Amino acid sequence: MTRSLVLNNARIIDPSRNLDEVGSIIIGDDGHILAAGAEARNQGAPDGAEVRDCNGLVAVPGLVDARVFVGEPGAEHRETIESASRAAAAGGVTSFIMMPDTDPVLDDIALVEFVKKTARDTAIVNVHPAAALTKGLHGDEMTEIGLLQQAGAVTFTNGRHALPDTLVLRRAMTYAREYGAVVALEPRETYIGNGVMNEGLFASWLGLSGVPKEAEIIPLERDLRIAGLTRAKYHAAKISVPESAEAIRTARGRGANVTCGISINHLCLNENDIGEYRTFFKLSPPLRTEDDRVAMVEALADGTIDIIVSSHDPQDVDTKRLPFADAADGAVGLETMLAAALRLHHSGHVSLMRLIDAMSTRPAQMFGLDAGTLEPGAKADITLIDLDEPWIVSKDALLSRSKNTPFEDARFSGRAIATYVGGKCVHSL
Amino acid sequence: MVFFPHRHLLGIKGLTEQDITYLLDKADEAVQISRQREKKTSTLRGLTQINLFFEASTRTQSSFELAGKRLGADVMNMSVGNSSVKKGETLIDTAMTLNAMHPDVLVLRHSSAGAAALLAQKVACSVVNAGDGQHEHPTQALLDALTIRRAKGKLSRIIVAICGDVLHSRVARSNILLLNAMGARVRVVAPATLLPSGIAQMGAEVFHSMEEGLKDADVVMMLRLQRERMSGSFVPSVREYFHFYGLNAEKLKAAKEDALVMHPGPMNRGVEIASEVADGPQSVIEQQVEMGVAVRMAVMETLLLSQNQGPRT
Repeated sequence: MTRSLVLNNARIIDPSRNLDEVGSIIIGDDGHILAAGAEARNQGAPDGAEVRDCNGLVAVPGLVDARVFVGEPGAEHRETIESASRAAAAGGVTSFIMMPDTDPVLDDIALVEFVKKTARDTAIVNVHPAAALTKGLHGDEMTEIGLLQQAGAVTFTNGRHALPDTLVLRRAMTYAREYGAVVALEPRETYIGNGVMNEGLFASWLGLSGVPKEAEIIPLERDLRIAGLTRAKYHAAKISVPESAEAIRTARGRGANVTCGISINHLCLNENDIGEYRTFFKLSPPLRTEDDRVAMVEALADGTIDIIVSSHDPQDVDTKRLPFADAADGAVGLETMLAAALRLHHSGHVSLMRLIDAMSTRPAQMFGLDAGTLEPGAKADITLIDLDEPWIVSKDALLSRSKNTPFEDARFSGRAIATYVGGKCVHSL
Repeated sequence: MVFFPHRHLLGIKGLTEQDITYLLDKADEAVQISRQREKKTSTLRGLTQINLFFEASTRTQSSFELAGKRLGADVMNMSVGNSSVKKGETLIDTAMTLNAMHPDVLVLRHSSAGAAALLAQKVACSVVNAGDGQHEHPTQALLDALTIRRAKGKLSRIIVAICGDVLHSRVARSNILLLNAMGARVRVVAPATLLPSGIAQMGAEVFHSMEEGLKDADVVMMLRLQRERMSGSFVPSVREYFHFYGLNAEKLKAAKEDALVMHPGPMNRGVEIASEVADGPQSVIEQQVEMGVAVRMAVMETLLLSQNQGPRT
């Protein structure tokens, strides 16, 4: 049970209603929104309510991060569900989808239940498990999609792993369609894509093996064809080149039910950031060229790219303090996704409405989560943002157990000032 | 008084023409030392050099060892076979352990690109890159340059054809950088499968035929082709490769009459180079080995003596 809460004088941006106006949000003691918008101004406050003046702040539906890797179970030294949830709250993220790449893999209802239970007991934000599409993520046999969904899995994915067997993919997607489940894959071809950074001149000088764009485009085209064939809901979890966005557009034109996402890193960084073999910038897919980045920002702005994810992937010293080619892929991002995305707002490339849509409303709709809106009756998951608050990312200040951020010492304008989950404040600066 | 504005030698990239000339001049002096009966000096007496070789290497390691010894340094060799690397210790942990022994210079050979740069961030002493993956092998490029300069009297306005497996070659990368910095024209001659992406923008003209690529060349630099890359993966067969890209007397005729034939070793005779050429009058392959010791003496002396004087980078 929480106290009622009134947020006054906030600029409310709610993409679910295409609403951008100054107003109030009234939250009942059951943790749900009673009213939000200009019409809620001067309506008074429920008895005993806490009133907060939000002058100068932006109130948005709490962010939804659809791709988060957590170390629990199996690698708790990197991240637990609890520590990830604290990192999320600090970054304004009120719900995240946890990838099944754990040890053991989330391919069984008992494990999905374990995650749900651990999250309920320890997490301060909403944690939704994604289940493995194939047993052990091996890509050979499909998992119990129906039962896993009943247990609470919100989507099915092969996580970091490619799915080379087209027949397995076809059957899994055909089967998933019956349950309305979204199949989310990272398009990655492992033969031509057997490299460690973007292919090109920079990789050649560094003496590192390259990953050409085709390593993403070819499997994506394949997946899109299978999606068309099976009429299943397909989500390309992380794309990195404009040709992929183009392929998505074309597939939609054919009537396929497909969506795609991009990691915040690919919207803000490019291959040159690798500099002298900085392993925190070793990602999958690899950071691409500046031209690619700019084109992807455009594809985000025009809605071809549906959602932004942090692709939060905690890695420790043992997997990152290695020569570049030997280091693991991945970067943490829950705490910096919003601030990094605001760079695109400040630069004028993407509207605030679209950014919040891509980080909250749209992913909530795609994965059927009770989130992403400030409509009366909705759960009061709200992020208060100061668009201009200057801050510098300090490794030591990160709440995540792992510190592998590509934004170390980055200067940002804007961050989450407060995060509410079900009307309860879980982060406040 | 030594003035050299670098603390480490991680690659040719970042060196200016002046830096390179300085090292080559210094190496010229070192050649004399190696040719005397009394080869040991006390230039680096009391200093410790550790050779950390994660990849097997005979000539580079012995060359560095000899260079250090001739300068009077205490030299210790660590190679993978008898170190804890096999027990799963990471490069950095090994380096930190060695660092605690207060060496003055670490010479690193490693199979991963960027290993030397990583090491340099973590240790307190100078680091010399003796080859990191497919990235750079700066002392090889310097010794090649010294060999050419002693034979031709200059490095500018000469044509150097680098032939063979450029894709996997750190020697090629370092040489392209160095020769461009010194004003030479660089060509690469290789099948397309053995060229890196973007090679045309790397400061080299690209040829796919030995006859055209070697035409009027002053220097023909052959590269080693690893055995595992010969049979079907990058080229169809040794026979086919030698037929089109192996250097023999016939193909060498396209180059200038007094063109030098070079090879960083170890050679695959009958794969990239025929014995008639390798042992022929134009071959300077043995001089390269001699220059190797001299260049490494020059590098070691320059880095260690300038450390407390020149600015550190």
